[in-house]
Amino acid sequence: MLKKITLAVAGLTMATTAVFAESPHDGAIAARKAHMVLYGHNIGILGGMAQGKIDYNADAASAAAANLAALTKMSQGSYWPQGSDAGSVKGTRALGALWQNFPDVIAKSGDMVAAAAAMETAAGGGLDSLRGGMRALGGACSACHKAYRQPE
Amino acid sequence: MKRLLAILALLGAVGAGVFWVVTAPETTDATALAGIVADVEQGAAVFVAGGCASCHAAANAKDAARLELTGGRAFPSDFGTFYAPNISPHPSAGIGGWSALDLVNAMRHGTSPDGAHYFPAFPYTTYQNATLGDIVSLHAYMQTLPAMDTASKPHDVGFPFNIRRSLGGWKLLFLRPGWVMQDAATPQLQRGRYLVEALGHCGECHTPRNLLGAVQTDRWMAGAPNPSGSGEIPNITPTKLDWSGPDLLYYFTTGFRPDFDTAGGHMSDVVENLAQMPEGDLNAIVAYIQALAAAN
Repeated sequence: MLKKITLAVAGLTMATTAVFAESPHDGAIAARKAHMVLYGHNIGILGGMAQGKIDYNADAASAAAANLAALTKMSQGSYWPQGSDAGSVKGTRALGALWQNFPDVIAKSGDMVAAAAAMETAAGGGLDSLRGGMRALGGACSACHKAYRQPE
Repeated sequence: MKRLLAILALLGAVGAGVFWVVTAPETTDATALAGIVADVEQGAAVFVAGGCASCHAAANAKDAARLELTGGRAFPSDFGTFYAPNISPHPSAGIGGWSALDLVNAMRHGTSPDGAHYFPAFPYTTYQNATLGDIVSLHAYMQTLPAMDTASKPHDVGFPFNIRRSLGGWKLLFLRPGWVMQDAATPQLQRGRYLVEALGHCGECHTPRNLLGAVQTDRWMAGAPNPSGSGEIPNITPTKLDWSGPDLLYYFTTGFRPDFDTAGGHMSDVVENLAQMPEGDLNAIVAYIQALAAAN
Protein backbone atom coordinates (compact mmCIF):
# COMPACT_ATOMS: atom_id res chain seq x y z
CA MET A 1 0.00 0.00 0.00
CA LEU A 2 2.75 2.39 1.05
CA LYS A 3 4.63 1.59 -2.09
CA LYS A 4 1.55 2.35 -4.15
CA ILE A 5 1.14 5.72 -2.49
CA THR A 6 4.81 6.53 -2.94
CA LEU A 7 4.57 5.66 -6.60
CA ALA A 8 1.44 7.74 -6.99
CA VAL A 9 3.06 10.71 -5.28
CA ALA A 10 6.20 10.32 -7.35
CA GLY A 11 4.12 10.12 -10.49
CA LEU A 12 2.16 13.19 -9.53
CA THR A 13 5.34 15.10 -8.70
CA MET A 14 6.79 14.24 -12.07
CA ALA A 15 3.63 15.26 -13.82
CA THR A 16 3.50 18.60 -11.98
CA THR A 17 7.17 19.21 -12.66
CA ALA A 18 6.54 18.49 -16.29
CA VAL A 19 3.76 21.05 -16.41
CA PHE A 20 5.51 23.84 -14.55
CA ALA A 21 9.22 23.42 -15.15
CA GLU A 22 9.22 22.35 -18.76
CA SER A 23 6.45 22.92 -21.18
CA PRO A 24 6.51 21.86 -24.81
CA HIS A 25 6.52 25.61 -25.57
CA ASP A 26 9.80 26.52 -23.87
CA GLY A 27 11.61 26.57 -27.21
CA ALA A 28 9.02 28.82 -28.84
CA ILE A 29 9.04 31.17 -25.84
CA ALA A 30 12.86 31.36 -25.94
CA ALA A 31 12.70 32.05 -29.67
CA ARG A 32 10.27 34.95 -29.39
CA LYS A 33 12.24 36.43 -26.50
CA ALA A 34 15.40 36.20 -28.62
CA HIS A 35 13.54 37.97 -31.38
CA MET A 36 12.65 40.78 -28.94
CA VAL A 37 16.29 41.00 -27.85
CA LEU A 38 17.30 41.52 -31.48
CA TYR A 39 14.67 44.24 -31.87
CA GLY A 40 15.94 45.90 -28.69
CA HIS A 41 19.60 45.75 -29.72
CA ASN A 42 19.00 47.42 -33.06
CA ILE A 43 16.54 49.98 -31.71
CA GLY A 44 19.09 50.68 -28.97
CA ILE A 45 21.64 51.75 -31.60
CA LEU A 46 19.11 54.04 -33.31
CA GLY A 47 17.76 55.39 -30.02
CA GLY A 48 21.25 55.93 -28.61
CA MET A 49 22.04 58.11 -31.61
CA ALA A 50 18.69 59.92 -31.33
CA GLN A 51 19.45 60.69 -27.69
CA GLY A 52 23.04 61.76 -28.38
CA LYS A 53 24.49 58.92 -26.32
CA ILE A 54 26.15 57.44 -29.42
CA ASP A 55 27.68 59.59 -32.18
CA TYR A 56 25.53 59.60 -35.27
CA ASN A 57 26.88 57.47 -38.07
CA ALA A 58 24.76 57.11 -41.21
CA ASP A 59 26.10 53.67 -42.14
CA ALA A 60 25.69 52.21 -38.67
CA ALA A 61 22.21 53.71 -38.39
CA SER A 62 21.19 52.32 -41.77
CA ALA A 63 22.54 48.90 -40.88
CA ALA A 64 20.59 48.80 -37.61
CA ALA A 65 17.42 50.00 -39.34
CA ALA A 66 17.86 47.39 -42.09
CA ASN A 67 18.21 44.65 -39.46
CA LEU A 68 15.11 45.90 -37.74
CA ALA A 69 13.11 45.98 -40.95
CA ALA A 70 14.27 42.46 -41.80
CA LEU A 71 13.29 41.23 -38.33
CA THR A 72 9.78 42.65 -38.64
CA LYS A 73 9.30 40.73 -41.88
CA MET A 74 10.25 37.33 -40.49
CA SER A 75 7.44 34.85 -39.96
CA GLN A 76 6.82 34.44 -36.26
CA GLY A 77 4.04 31.90 -36.59
CA SER A 78 5.95 29.13 -34.82
CA TYR A 79 7.00 31.43 -31.95
CA TRP A 80 3.48 31.89 -30.62
CA PRO A 81 1.82 28.44 -30.31
CA GLN A 82 -1.62 28.15 -28.71
CA GLY A 83 -1.31 27.52 -24.98
CA SER A 84 1.99 29.38 -24.56
CA ASP A 85 0.41 32.32 -22.69
CA ALA A 86 1.16 33.49 -19.15
CA GLY A 87 -2.02 31.90 -17.83
CA SER A 88 -0.98 28.44 -19.08
CA VAL A 89 2.80 28.24 -18.74
CA LYS A 90 5.62 29.87 -16.80
CA GLY A 91 8.37 32.02 -18.22
CA THR A 92 6.25 34.34 -20.35
CA ARG A 93 4.27 37.55 -19.90
CA ALA A 94 2.26 37.11 -23.09
CA LEU A 95 -1.43 37.44 -22.27
CA GLY A 96 -4.03 34.96 -23.46
CA ALA A 97 -5.83 37.89 -25.12
CA LEU A 98 -3.19 37.78 -27.84
CA TRP A 99 -4.59 34.49 -29.11
CA GLN A 100 -8.17 35.72 -28.89
CA ASN A 101 -7.66 38.87 -30.96
CA PHE A 102 -5.67 37.61 -33.86
CA PRO A 103 -6.84 40.15 -36.47
CA ASP A 104 -5.78 42.96 -34.11
CA VAL A 105 -2.39 41.33 -33.52
CA ILE A 106 -1.85 41.14 -37.29
CA ALA A 107 -2.86 44.81 -37.65
CA LYS A 108 -0.46 45.85 -34.91
CA SER A 109 2.34 43.82 -36.41
CA GLY A 110 1.59 45.54 -39.74
CA ASP A 111 2.08 48.90 -37.99
CA MET A 112 5.44 47.65 -36.74
CA VAL A 113 6.51 46.61 -40.25
CA ALA A 114 5.51 50.05 -41.53
CA ALA A 115 7.34 51.93 -38.76
CA ALA A 116 10.49 49.87 -39.31
CA ALA A 117 10.30 50.40 -43.09
CA ALA A 118 9.96 54.16 -42.53
CA MET A 119 12.98 54.05 -40.24
CA GLU A 120 14.98 52.12 -42.85
CA THR A 121 14.43 55.04 -45.22
CA ALA A 122 15.01 57.70 -42.58
CA ALA A 123 17.98 56.40 -40.59
CA GLY A 124 20.74 57.23 -43.10
CA GLY A 125 19.37 60.68 -43.90
CA GLY A 126 20.83 62.58 -40.96
CA LEU A 127 20.18 62.79 -37.25
CA ASP A 128 16.94 64.77 -37.45
CA SER A 129 15.55 62.33 -39.99
CA LEU A 130 16.40 59.42 -37.67
CA ARG A 131 14.90 61.18 -34.65
CA GLY A 132 11.68 61.71 -36.59
CA GLY A 133 11.18 57.95 -36.95
CA MET A 134 11.64 57.03 -33.30
CA ARG A 135 8.22 58.02 -32.02
CA ALA A 136 6.36 55.87 -34.55
CA LEU A 137 8.64 52.96 -33.67
CA GLY A 138 8.00 53.44 -29.94
CA GLY A 139 4.27 53.65 -30.59
CA ALA A 140 4.27 50.42 -32.59
CA CYS A 141 6.21 48.48 -29.92
CA SER A 142 4.11 49.94 -27.15
CA ALA A 143 0.77 49.20 -28.81
CA CYS A 144 1.37 45.47 -28.59
CA HIS A 145 2.94 45.60 -25.12
CA LYS A 146 -0.03 47.60 -23.89
CA ALA A 147 -2.64 45.16 -25.10
CA TYR A 148 -0.90 41.81 -24.84
CA ARG A 149 1.89 41.89 -22.26
CA GLN A 150 1.41 41.43 -18.54
CA PRO A 151 3.02 44.18 -16.43
CA GLU A 152 6.17 43.16 -14.54
CA MET B 1 -32.86 48.67 32.21
CA LYS B 2 -35.54 50.63 30.42
CA ARG B 3 -33.60 53.78 31.10
CA LEU B 4 -30.41 52.23 29.68
CA LEU B 5 -32.26 51.25 26.52
CA ALA B 6 -33.62 54.75 26.18
CA ILE B 7 -30.13 56.22 26.53
CA LEU B 8 -28.78 53.77 24.00
CA ALA B 9 -31.59 54.62 21.59
CA LEU B 10 -30.89 58.33 22.07
CA LEU B 11 -27.15 57.83 21.51
CA GLY B 12 -27.95 55.77 18.43
CA ALA B 13 -30.16 58.52 17.06
CA VAL B 14 -27.53 61.17 17.77
CA GLY B 15 -24.90 58.97 16.14
CA ALA B 16 -27.04 58.51 13.04
CA GLY B 17 -27.67 62.25 12.95
CA VAL B 18 -23.96 63.01 13.24
CA PHE B 19 -23.23 60.41 10.57
CA TRP B 20 -25.81 62.03 8.29
CA VAL B 21 -24.32 65.49 8.81
CA VAL B 22 -20.64 64.66 8.51
CA THR B 23 -21.14 62.40 5.52
CA ALA B 24 -23.11 65.01 3.53
CA PRO B 25 -21.54 65.63 0.11
CA GLU B 26 -19.71 68.97 -0.13
CA THR B 27 -20.06 71.46 -2.96
CA THR B 28 -18.46 74.70 -4.11
CA ASP B 29 -20.59 77.86 -4.05
CA ALA B 30 -21.52 79.18 -7.50
CA THR B 31 -20.13 82.63 -6.62
CA ALA B 32 -16.61 81.13 -6.59
CA LEU B 33 -16.75 80.94 -10.38
CA ALA B 34 -17.60 84.62 -10.86
CA GLY B 35 -15.17 86.29 -13.24
CA ILE B 36 -13.52 83.05 -14.38
CA VAL B 37 -13.40 82.92 -18.17
CA ALA B 38 -13.15 79.56 -19.93
CA ASP B 39 -10.23 79.09 -22.33
CA VAL B 40 -10.91 76.11 -24.62
CA GLU B 41 -7.26 75.73 -25.63
CA GLN B 42 -6.18 75.65 -22.00
CA GLY B 43 -8.99 73.14 -21.40
CA ALA B 44 -7.53 70.88 -24.11
CA ALA B 45 -4.15 70.99 -22.34
CA VAL B 46 -5.80 70.17 -19.00
CA PHE B 47 -7.64 67.26 -20.65
CA VAL B 48 -4.34 65.76 -21.83
CA ALA B 49 -2.43 66.46 -18.60
CA GLY B 50 -5.29 65.05 -16.51
CA GLY B 51 -5.29 61.85 -18.54
CA CYS B 52 -9.10 61.85 -18.93
CA ALA B 53 -9.03 59.77 -22.11
CA SER B 54 -6.88 57.08 -20.49
CA CYS B 55 -9.89 55.88 -18.52
CA HIS B 56 -12.94 57.33 -20.24
CA ALA B 57 -12.15 56.47 -23.88
CA ALA B 58 -12.97 52.92 -24.94
CA ALA B 59 -10.17 50.41 -24.25
CA ASN B 60 -7.56 50.37 -27.04
CA ALA B 61 -9.00 53.52 -28.65
CA LYS B 62 -6.41 55.18 -30.86
CA ASP B 63 -5.84 58.77 -32.07
CA ALA B 64 -9.16 60.56 -32.74
CA ALA B 65 -11.14 57.77 -31.05
CA ARG B 66 -9.47 58.74 -27.76
CA LEU B 67 -11.73 61.82 -27.79
CA GLU B 68 -14.87 59.64 -27.88
CA LEU B 69 -15.46 59.39 -24.15
CA THR B 70 -17.88 56.47 -24.13
CA GLY B 71 -16.44 55.01 -20.93
CA GLY B 72 -16.87 51.30 -20.28
CA ARG B 73 -13.33 50.41 -19.29
CA ALA B 74 -13.24 48.11 -16.23
CA PHE B 75 -11.14 48.85 -13.14
CA PRO B 76 -10.94 45.86 -10.82
CA SER B 77 -10.14 46.59 -7.16
CA ASP B 78 -10.36 44.98 -3.72
CA PHE B 79 -13.80 46.54 -3.36
CA GLY B 80 -15.33 45.45 -6.65
CA THR B 81 -15.10 46.41 -10.30
CA PHE B 82 -15.61 50.02 -11.32
CA TYR B 83 -16.60 50.98 -14.85
CA ALA B 84 -15.58 54.37 -16.22
CA PRO B 85 -18.77 56.23 -17.18
CA ASN B 86 -19.61 58.04 -20.42
CA ILE B 87 -18.38 61.64 -19.96
CA SER B 88 -18.95 62.75 -23.55
CA PRO B 89 -21.18 65.83 -24.02
CA HIS B 90 -24.22 63.66 -24.89
CA PRO B 91 -27.18 65.26 -23.04
CA SER B 92 -28.52 62.05 -21.49
CA ALA B 93 -25.90 59.28 -21.90
CA GLY B 94 -23.01 61.61 -21.06
CA ILE B 95 -22.49 64.82 -19.12
CA GLY B 96 -23.67 67.32 -21.76
CA GLY B 97 -26.17 68.72 -19.27
CA TRP B 98 -23.51 69.60 -16.71
CA SER B 99 -22.62 73.17 -15.85
CA ALA B 100 -19.03 74.18 -15.17
CA LEU B 101 -19.95 74.18 -11.48
CA ASP B 102 -21.11 70.56 -11.74
CA LEU B 103 -17.67 69.63 -13.05
CA VAL B 104 -16.01 71.63 -10.27
CA ASN B 105 -18.04 69.72 -7.68
CA ALA B 106 -17.24 66.39 -9.29
CA MET B 107 -13.50 67.04 -9.54
CA ARG B 108 -12.87 68.98 -6.33
CA HIS B 109 -15.35 67.29 -3.98
CA GLY B 110 -16.23 63.98 -5.63
CA THR B 111 -19.87 65.10 -5.56
CA SER B 112 -22.33 64.42 -8.41
CA PRO B 113 -24.82 67.02 -9.70
CA ASP B 114 -27.62 65.25 -7.78
CA GLY B 115 -25.59 65.36 -4.58
CA ALA B 116 -24.20 61.82 -4.31
CA HIS B 117 -20.63 60.78 -3.49
CA TYR B 118 -18.45 59.41 -6.25
CA PHE B 119 -16.21 56.44 -5.58
CA PRO B 120 -12.56 57.51 -5.40
CA ALA B 121 -11.79 55.29 -8.41
CA PHE B 122 -12.45 58.67 -10.02
CA PRO B 123 -9.29 60.42 -8.78
CA TYR B 124 -10.85 63.52 -7.22
CA THR B 125 -8.32 62.94 -4.45
CA THR B 126 -5.90 64.42 -7.01
CA TYR B 127 -8.21 66.72 -8.98
CA GLN B 128 -9.27 68.53 -5.79
CA ASN B 129 -6.00 70.45 -6.16
CA ALA B 130 -6.80 71.67 -9.69
CA THR B 131 -7.48 75.40 -10.10
CA LEU B 132 -11.03 76.56 -10.78
CA GLY B 133 -9.77 78.19 -13.99
CA ASP B 134 -8.43 74.86 -15.25
CA ILE B 135 -11.67 73.04 -14.47
CA VAL B 136 -13.88 75.70 -16.05
CA SER B 137 -11.67 75.61 -19.17
CA LEU B 138 -11.75 71.80 -19.20
CA HIS B 139 -15.55 71.95 -19.06
CA ALA B 140 -15.63 74.26 -22.10
CA TYR B 141 -13.23 72.01 -24.01
CA MET B 142 -15.14 68.81 -23.23
CA GLN B 143 -18.32 70.36 -24.65
CA THR B 144 -16.54 70.44 -28.05
CA LEU B 145 -15.90 66.66 -28.11
CA PRO B 146 -18.14 64.14 -29.92
CA ALA B 147 -21.40 63.27 -28.13
CA MET B 148 -21.63 59.49 -27.70
CA ASP B 149 -24.85 57.68 -26.83
CA THR B 150 -23.26 54.62 -25.17
CA ALA B 151 -24.96 53.97 -21.82
CA SER B 152 -22.72 53.99 -18.73
CA LYS B 153 -22.33 50.63 -17.06
CA PRO B 154 -23.19 50.42 -13.33
CA HIS B 155 -20.28 49.63 -10.99
CA ASP B 156 -20.08 46.08 -9.71
CA VAL B 157 -19.40 46.78 -6.04
CA GLY B 158 -20.75 44.63 -3.22
CA PHE B 159 -22.02 45.40 0.28
CA PRO B 160 -21.00 47.39 2.31
CA PHE B 161 -18.91 49.39 -0.17
CA ASN B 162 -21.97 50.07 -2.32
CA ILE B 163 -23.45 52.37 0.36
CA ARG B 164 -22.55 55.68 -1.22
CA ARG B 165 -23.27 57.66 1.92
CA SER B 166 -20.45 55.88 3.75
CA LEU B 167 -18.04 57.46 1.27
CA GLY B 168 -18.68 60.68 3.19
CA GLY B 169 -16.83 59.08 6.10
CA TRP B 170 -14.08 57.96 3.75
CA LYS B 171 -13.71 61.50 2.43
CA LEU B 172 -13.65 62.88 5.97
CA LEU B 173 -10.73 60.59 6.75
CA PHE B 174 -8.79 60.73 3.53
CA LEU B 175 -9.81 63.63 1.26
CA ARG B 176 -7.31 66.30 2.28
CA PRO B 177 -6.48 69.13 -0.09
CA GLY B 178 -2.87 70.24 -0.30
CA TRP B 179 0.46 69.02 -1.57
CA VAL B 180 2.39 65.90 -0.70
CA MET B 181 5.67 67.51 -1.77
CA GLN B 182 5.95 70.39 0.65
CA ASP B 183 9.18 71.92 -0.63
CA ALA B 184 8.86 73.01 -4.23
CA ALA B 185 11.33 75.88 -4.36
CA THR B 186 11.43 76.71 -8.07
CA PRO B 187 8.59 77.63 -10.46
CA GLN B 188 9.53 74.53 -12.47
CA LEU B 189 9.09 72.25 -9.45
CA GLN B 190 5.81 73.94 -8.58
CA ARG B 191 4.59 73.37 -12.12
CA GLY B 192 5.71 69.74 -11.94
CA ARG B 193 3.95 69.33 -8.63
CA TYR B 194 0.74 70.78 -10.05
CA LEU B 195 0.92 68.52 -13.10
CA VAL B 196 1.52 65.40 -10.97
CA GLU B 197 -0.49 66.12 -7.81
CA ALA B 198 -3.43 68.08 -9.26
CA LEU B 199 -3.86 66.69 -12.78
CA GLY B 200 -1.72 63.71 -13.82
CA HIS B 201 -2.60 61.59 -10.76
CA CYS B 202 0.62 59.50 -11.03
CA GLY B 203 0.41 58.86 -7.28
CA GLU B 204 -2.93 57.05 -7.60
CA CYS B 205 -1.19 54.00 -9.10
CA HIS B 206 2.45 54.48 -8.05
CA THR B 207 1.66 54.84 -4.31
CA PRO B 208 0.52 51.94 -2.10
CA ARG B 209 -2.96 52.14 -0.51
CA ASN B 210 -4.14 51.28 2.98
CA LEU B 211 -6.85 48.74 3.83
CA LEU B 212 -9.58 51.27 3.07
CA GLY B 213 -8.11 52.06 -0.31
CA ALA B 214 -6.60 55.45 0.56
CA VAL B 215 -3.21 56.45 -0.81
CA GLN B 216 -0.45 56.23 1.84
CA THR B 217 1.17 59.61 1.39
CA ASP B 218 4.06 58.68 3.71
CA ARG B 219 5.06 56.14 1.06
CA TRP B 220 4.45 58.51 -1.83
CA MET B 221 5.39 56.95 -5.22
CA ALA B 222 6.96 53.92 -3.52
CA GLY B 223 5.25 51.48 -5.89
CA ALA B 224 2.22 49.25 -5.38
CA PRO B 225 0.62 46.01 -6.54
CA ASN B 226 -1.11 46.37 -9.89
CA PRO B 227 -4.86 46.50 -9.18
CA SER B 228 -5.67 45.32 -12.71
CA GLY B 229 -3.95 41.96 -12.46
CA SER B 230 -0.59 40.52 -11.53
CA GLY B 231 2.64 42.45 -11.38
CA GLU B 232 3.79 45.62 -9.66
CA ILE B 233 3.50 49.32 -10.44
CA PRO B 234 7.12 50.39 -9.90
CA ASN B 235 8.61 52.55 -7.19
CA ILE B 236 9.65 55.79 -8.94
CA THR B 237 11.42 57.43 -6.01
CA PRO B 238 15.25 57.61 -5.96
CA THR B 239 15.22 54.39 -3.90
CA LYS B 240 14.54 52.39 -7.05
CA LEU B 241 14.47 54.63 -10.12
CA ASP B 242 17.94 55.44 -11.43
CA TRP B 243 16.98 56.88 -14.83
CA SER B 244 18.58 60.19 -15.79
CA GLY B 245 16.53 63.29 -16.63
CA PRO B 246 17.04 62.80 -20.38
CA ASP B 247 16.05 59.12 -19.97
CA LEU B 248 12.75 60.14 -18.39
CA LEU B 249 12.08 62.78 -21.01
CA TYR B 250 12.78 60.27 -23.78
CA TYR B 251 10.44 57.77 -22.16
CA PHE B 252 7.69 60.38 -21.94
CA THR B 253 7.97 61.33 -25.61
CA THR B 254 8.63 57.96 -27.29
CA GLY B 255 7.67 55.27 -24.77
CA PHE B 256 11.20 53.80 -24.88
CA ARG B 257 12.84 52.92 -21.58
CA PRO B 258 16.63 53.24 -21.26
CA ASP B 259 16.96 49.56 -22.25
CA PHE B 260 14.72 50.21 -25.29
CA ASP B 261 11.99 48.00 -24.04
CA THR B 262 8.76 50.03 -24.00
CA ALA B 263 5.97 51.05 -21.69
CA GLY B 264 3.23 48.47 -21.37
CA GLY B 265 -0.18 48.13 -19.76
CA HIS B 266 -1.85 51.27 -18.50
CA MET B 267 1.43 53.23 -18.67
CA SER B 268 1.17 53.11 -22.47
CA ASP B 269 -1.95 55.28 -22.17
CA VAL B 270 -0.04 57.65 -19.94
CA VAL B 271 2.78 57.93 -22.47
CA GLU B 272 0.24 58.69 -25.21
CA ASN B 273 -0.88 61.67 -23.12
CA LEU B 274 2.63 62.75 -22.14
CA ALA B 275 3.77 62.70 -25.78
CA GLN B 276 1.16 65.41 -26.51
CA MET B 277 2.34 67.74 -23.75
CA PRO B 278 4.67 70.71 -24.19
CA GLU B 279 8.33 69.97 -23.46
CA GLY B 280 8.41 72.59 -20.71
CA ASP B 281 5.72 70.68 -18.82
CA LEU B 282 7.50 67.37 -19.35
CA ASN B 283 10.72 68.85 -17.97
CA ALA B 284 8.74 70.06 -14.97
CA ILE B 285 7.46 66.52 -14.34
CA VAL B 286 11.01 65.17 -14.70
CA ALA B 287 12.21 67.74 -12.14
CA TYR B 288 9.40 66.71 -9.80
CA ILE B 289 10.19 63.00 -10.07
CA GLN B 290 13.89 63.65 -9.44
CA ALA B 291 12.98 65.70 -6.34
CA LEU B 292 10.84 62.93 -4.81
CA ALA B 293 11.81 61.78 -1.33
CA ALA B 294 13.28 58.28 -1.26
CA ALA B 295 10.62 55.83 -0.05
CA ASN B 296 10.21 52.09 0.33
